[in-house]
Amino acid sequence: MKTPSPSDTSPKTLFEKVWDLHLIEPETEAAPALVYVDLHLIHEVTSPQAFTALEERGLKVRRPDRVFGTLDHSTPTTPRTPGAKPIYINAAAKKQVETLEDNCRRHGIRLAGWDSPERGIVHVIGPELGLTQPGMTIVCGDSHTSTHGAFGALAFGIGTTEVGHVLATQSLLQSKPKTMRVTVDGRLPHGVGGKDLILAIIAELGAGGAAGHVIEYAGAAIEALSMEERMTVCNMSIEAGARAGMIAPDATTFAWLEGRKHAPKGAAWEAAKSRWAGLKSDPDAVFDAEVRLDGSKLAPMVTWGDSPDMAAPIDASVPRAPEGPAAEALSYMGFKAGEALMGETIDAVFIGSCTNARLSDLREAAAVIAGRHVKQGVRMLVVPGSEEVKRQAEAEGLDAIFRTAGAEWREPGCSMCIAMNGDTGLAGERIVSTSNRNFAGRQGRGVRTILASPATAAASAIAGAIADPRRILEASHAQ
Amino acid sequence: MLSEPIKAITARSFVIRDSNVDTDQIIPARFLTTTERGALADACFHDWRFTPEGAPTDHPLNRVDRDTQRILIAGDNFGCGSSREHAPWALRDFGVEAVITSRAADIFKSNALKNGLVVCEIDEAAHAALLDREDLEVTVDVVNQTITAGNITASFKLDPFARTCLIEGVDPLGYILNQSDAIARFEQEHAA
Repeated sequence: MKTPSPSDTSPKTLFEKVWDLHLIEPETEAAPALVYVDLHLIHEVTSPQAFTALEERGLKVRRPDRVFGTLDHSTPTTPRTPGAKPIYINAAAKKQVETLEDNCRRHGIRLAGWDSPERGIVHVIGPELGLTQPGMTIVCGDSHTSTHGAFGALAFGIGTTEVGHVLATQSLLQSKPKTMRVTVDGRLPHGVGGKDLILAIIAELGAGGAAGHVIEYAGAAIEALSMEERMTVCNMSIEAGARAGMIAPDATTFAWLEGRKHAPKGAAWEAAKSRWAGLKSDPDAVFDAEVRLDGSKLAPMVTWGDSPDMAAPIDASVPRAPEGPAAEALSYMGFKAGEALMGETIDAVFIGSCTNARLSDLREAAAVIAGRHVKQGVRMLVVPGSEEVKRQAEAEGLDAIFRTAGAEWREPGCSMCIAMNGDTGLAGERIVSTSNRNFAGRQGRGVRTILASPATAAASAIAGAIADPRRILEASHAQ
Repeated sequence: MLSEPIKAITARSFVIRDSNVDTDQIIPARFLTTTERGALADACFHDWRFTPEGAPTDHPLNRVDRDTQRILIAGDNFGCGSSREHAPWALRDFGVEAVITSRAADIFKSNALKNGLVVCEIDEAAHAALLDREDLEVTVDVVNQTITAGNITASFKLDPFARTCLIEGVDPLGYILNQSDAIARFEQEHAA
């Protein structure tokens, strides 16, 4: 990576540093910047038409070595025996998967295919395999690509046309986004984690509040987050409309990455670490917008409406005098104005997605549910984020804890987050979900989604109603 | 490779007042299994327009004359959510040529402009006035970046390059391919 020229001494944000290092051509009045892409992640849903566009023009994939594919959105998560062929929801889903397999084969692109031990949700496996590294530019035809920003990478979602541009040229035309710093002071209280924090941030910013901006998350509460929690936070940046989310890499980042398959090794690792250590905003760097929160005041958060910014502390009530969108949202969710969130009955629980399906998320849910049982009549799905997460969870016996509690232990994939593989709820059902979007119909037509952390989801599964995990965790602790 | 230049669009409008209309509303995820382009007109706002059994609902979208009402006046933060380019594809297949809103989500806007769907972000007063009236004749002037509908006028600002691509039919990929030498130079300088 190029060292910035010595004359360039103006203070810079983390985003600007990564941006500048990837500029092939700077922005002009007539054209956006041309930005080099270090890592291009692809999956079956947003890539087929891009490959077709390439082939129609007789173009090759410029750098197949910088592309990595996985199957996650359309794949079934129903339990299977090793070697068994997947049973897809329909012929179109099967064709979509086969199209990616074929495209990867023909263009020499690595694919974590159906039988690969590396397969999983694209934003889980990128970091897990060490493909995701600080200071990189990373794109994927998926809005939750912002996840990778947790490592100090500039990572964002693109459309299929742009997937084609990156396949053909390994670069992208981009207008320089604005910058926003979200500083979270203090220490998160016990029982409050990364998911609660990002829901609180989105509630503060609004669903479009960070549009046009790259968010940098900073402050004591962010620095204290685990790597997995940082991924959860950056993952949902898009839910506030942000182009990307980033966190400066530090010792937590390096400890998490060291030894992973594609991470540098030996002397290269040491060199990389010293290079990455410079990836932080300069003390005098100026952001286009600044937002500040007190992390010590936060509680577990749940959503009460059909937009991720309609989130509230779990011990709060839904709006008392809702108007417009809030009134419509309450009606969709089947909540009465002013009702307490806690105790609202639910029909299902989903633990999974690129937001919360990593090993630590499953541990968090298992700690709540161990020795307890899912309420009769409530369905609970636990869908690990990757084959690797599944293996590790099974090695620790987490699968047994979930099964004994009455939950379904599934194969890795996006599953009920996007609900395009057949994993859906039924109209009218309320689902407490660790995923990222509570849009109307997201988890199936007419399904009412309540976003929450893995701990809150597990506590709610036991109660058959929205429940505060802190009460269970305290009870466990007292025993 | 050039596409059809779009310098101005004159059509009648239809309105979706809701704010934060997300891409799951524009096209539900179960329609994303397509591997081709086209044929997404029925998928567009499918669950607003059709019952689970497939019969048309009484939603106002089912009264839109798709031949003449080709400009959508939408609420704030239109197109939020996923990066699926199927959202502008579906709108185009439905017949929409321009979306006028107070604010559109970033990725949606970027995807739309690459598919000849002009996204115009206008000031709140003009936006409110347009939201209040169904079936107006609206002219979107892409060259001068203005909107006229009766006595309502507003201006919008496209990304200059996106505007050039629209009005001259420039293909962005061709433009990037012309910079292959610069890309190769960058790769050489940055080779690990």
